[in-house]
Amino acid sequence: MLNQSARYFVPDPSHWPIFGSFALLSMASGAALWMNEAAWGKFLLLAGVCVLFFMMFGWFGTVARESEGGQYNQQVDAGFRWGMGWFIFSEVMFFAAFFGALFYMRVLSVPWLGDVEHKLLWPDFTGQWPTAGPGAAEKFTPMAAWGVPAINTLILLTSGVTVTIAHWGLLKNNRKQLIVGLALTVLLGMTFLYLQATEYHEAYADLNLKLTTGAYGATFFMLTGFHGFHVTVGTLMLIVILGRSIAGHFTAEHHFGFEGVAWYWHFVDVVWLLLFILVYWL
Amino acid sequence: MEAAHTHDHAHGHDDHAHHPTGLMRWVTTTNHKDIGTLYLLFSLTMFFIGGLLAFGIRAELFQPGLQYWEPEFFNQLTTMHGLIMVFGAIMPAFVGFANWQIPMMIGAPDMAFARMNNWSFWLLPPAAILLVSSFFVPGGAPAAGWTIYAPLSTQMGPGMDLGIFALHIMGASSIMGSINIVTTILNMRAPGMTLMKMPLFVWTWLITAYLLIAVMPVLAGAITMVLTDRHFGTNFFNAAGGGDPVMFQHIFWFFGHPEVYIMILPAFGIVSQVIPAFARKPLFGYASMVYATSSIAILSFIVWAHHMFTTGMPAAGQLFFMFATMLIAVPTGVKVFNWIATMWKGSMTFETPMLFACGFLFVFSMGGFTGLVCAITPIDIQIQDTYYVVAHFHYVLVAGSLFAIFSGTYFWLPKWTGHMYSETLGKAHFWLSIVFFNITFFPMHFLGLAGMPRRIPDYAMQFTDFNMIASIGALGFGLAQLLFVAAIVKCARGGEKAPANPWEGADTLEWTLPSPAPYHSFVTPPVIK
Repeated sequence: MLNQSARYFVPDPSHWPIFGSFALLSMASGAALWMNEAAWGKFLLLAGVCVLFFMMFGWFGTVARESEGGQYNQQVDAGFRWGMGWFIFSEVMFFAAFFGALFYMRVLSVPWLGDVEHKLLWPDFTGQWPTAGPGAAEKFTPMAAWGVPAINTLILLTSGVTVTIAHWGLLKNNRKQLIVGLALTVLLGMTFLYLQATEYHEAYADLNLKLTTGAYGATFFMLTGFHGFHVTVGTLMLIVILGRSIAGHFTAEHHFGFEGVAWYWHFVDVVWLLLFILVYWL
Repeated sequence: MEAAHTHDHAHGHDDHAHHPTGLMRWVTTTNHKDIGTLYLLFSLTMFFIGGLLAFGIRAELFQPGLQYWEPEFFNQLTTMHGLIMVFGAIMPAFVGFANWQIPMMIGAPDMAFARMNNWSFWLLPPAAILLVSSFFVPGGAPAAGWTIYAPLSTQMGPGMDLGIFALHIMGASSIMGSINIVTTILNMRAPGMTLMKMPLFVWTWLITAYLLIAVMPVLAGAITMVLTDRHFGTNFFNAAGGGDPVMFQHIFWFFGHPEVYIMILPAFGIVSQVIPAFARKPLFGYASMVYATSSIAILSFIVWAHHMFTTGMPAAGQLFFMFATMLIAVPTGVKVFNWIATMWKGSMTFETPMLFACGFLFVFSMGGFTGLVCAITPIDIQIQDTYYVVAHFHYVLVAGSLFAIFSGTYFWLPKWTGHMYSETLGKAHFWLSIVFFNITFFPMHFLGLAGMPRRIPDYAMQFTDFNMIASIGALGFGLAQLLFVAAIVKCARGGEKAPANPWEGADTLEWTLPSPAPYHSFVTPPVIK
C-alpha cells in the first residue's frame, strides 16, 4: 500500500510491446510451418527471435534508463518484487506440469501397462522404471546420477553462493566483490550448460537415450531441456546484470534488477535439485 | 526521484496532451482505460466470430441428416466455437473490466505495469489471427473439441499446431495480465483502502488472477507435450511408449476446472457491485462473500477429475471427486443467499444492469443445480458427453459469465462514455436475450437426458423437435446481440449526459470521478475512511 505522498509512476506510451507481438506472431507461424515441412518456416521463426531480442534490448534498456534516472520510487520497487515473485510462481507451475507427467507415468501408467490385464497384449513387459514403454524395440541405458549430473549439482549450488557473495558486495558498496561474484556466477552457469550439452551428446551417442525413448526419454529430455533453457535465460540475465554492474548501475539501496535475477537464479537452482533427485537419482 | 514528479503536474493539464493520436494512440498506449477499451472491443469482435460458428452448428442441427457441412467441418465448428468464446470472448472481456475498473476502484492512477499491460492486450490479436487462420490450412482448424484431448489432438493436421501456438500466446497474455492485476491490487491501493474494504469486484479479480497464474502454465505444459508428441517423437500420450492418453485429460482438467471459475468469479464480482447499487443497500455478508470466493478457488484445484468419471478411475477416486465437487455448492450457495439477502427489503429498481443481474441470478442458479446433477458419478456416467452437459455449461457460461458481462457493461457505460445508454434498447436486449437463451438451451436438457450425444452433426429422428426449437432460439439470441452493439454505439456517440454517479446506490470510488472518467484517474490518491 502507498504510504508516502503522491508519487505514482506511469510510463509514457511505448512502441516496444507491438514489436514483441509481431515477434511472437512470426515465431509461432514460422514454427508451425517448419514443423509441417515448409522449410522457409525456420527463417520466419529466426526473424521472429531476432525481433524479440531487439524488443527486449530496447524495452529493458528503457527500464534500466528509467531506473538509473531515479524515476522508480519505493512503490515501483515493491511492484517489481510482487511481479517477479508471481512470475516465478507461474514458472513453478509450468515445471509442475512436467513433474506431474513424470509422477503419473512412473507411478501409474507404466505399472498399469505391466499388470496382469495387459499380459495378453505385452506378455514380456514388467512395468519397471526406467522404461521406454512396452512397444519399444531398442534397448537404452538410463543416465547415471553420480557422474556429470552430480558435478552439475555442485556447480549450480556453488553458483548460488557466488551470486550471494556478489549481493553482499553490492550491499557493502564493494563493486569489485560484486563484479567478481557475478562473473564467477556467469562462468559457473556456462560450465553447467557445457556439461549438460556433453551429457546430451553422451545420451544420444553412447546410451541410445533419445527424446523418442518412451516415457523415460520424454520426461528426461523435456524436464532437463526446459531446465537447461531456463539456465540459458538466467545466464543471459546474469550477463546483462554484470554489464550493468560494470557500467556502475545499482546502489546499495536500489538494485531490484540485480535481486530479481538472483531470485530467478535460485529458482532455477531449486528446480535442478528436484530434477537431480527425481529424474537422475531415484 | 526528481523525474517522478513530472506526472504529478499532469493533474492540471489537458488529459490528452501526453499521448500520440490516431492509430498509434491505441498501439502504444500505456493507459489502463485505453487498454480496457481495446480488450472489450476485441472481446466483442471475437464474441461475434464465435457466434457465427454457433450459427453454423445450429443450422446443421436444425434437422436430422447432413445439410450443410461435412462431419469433419462440423467438428471444427464446435471446437473453434468453444476456443474462441472461452479464450477470445469471455476471458478478455473480464480483463477489460479489470483494466477499466480496478485502478478506479482502489484509487490508483493506472495499472502497476502499464507497458506490460499494453503487451498483454496486443498479444491477443496475433493469437486470434493464428487461431482463426487455422481454418484455411490443409486439414482445417482443430477439430478435437475445445479440450483438444489426445490422441485426437496428436493426430490432426497443421491447424492443431496453429491452435497450440495461439493458446501459448493467449496463455502468456493471461499470465502477464494477471501478474499485473495482482500487483496492482496488492501494491497500488490508496491509503486506507485495506483488503477488507476493497469492492468485491476487486476481490474476485484478485482471486481470479491468482488462479490464472497458477493454471495457465499448466495448460502451456500440456499443449507443449501435445506438440512434442506430434512432431518430436515423445510418448507422453502413447501407451506403447509408457505414456497414457488419459494423462492429457488429468493435466488439461487440472487447468480446465480452475479455468471455469476464472470465467465465473469476475462475474460474481460484477453482480456483487450491481445488486447493492440497485437494491440501495450495502452488500449482505461482505466478509462471507470474500471467504466464499476464496474457498471456491481452493476447491477448484481438487475437483478436476469429475470431468473424467467415464475414463475408468478407481471407485475411491470417483467418490473423492464427487464429494469434493458437491462441496463447491456450499460457498456458491452462500453467494446466492447473500445476493438475495441484499435485495431483501431493498428499495429496488430494475434498470438494465439490474435486470441482467437478476437474470444472472435466476438462470445461473439453474446451471449450478445441473452442475450438481453432473457431479453425481452414477448420473454423470449416463449423461457424459450428452447435450445435458452442453445445456449445463451454457447455463453457467452464457447466463452466468455473459449476462454478468452485459450487466457490468450497462452499469459502467455511463462512467466510460459520459453518456447514459438507451434504457429502451438495454431492456429490449435483456428480455430478448433471456427468452431466446432459454429457448435455445432449455430443450438441450431433455435432449441430453434422452441420450443425444454432443459434437455430432447428425441425430436420430426423435430428437428433431427439440433441436428445431433450440436452433430457432439460437438465431433469436444471436440477432438480439445486435441490440447490444446498437446500445453501445449509441451510448458512445452521444446521448443524455451522465452525472458522476447515475446510480443512487453505487458507492465505490469510481463514482466519485466525473463521467467520462478523466484519462488519468487518481493522480493524487484519494483518502479512504
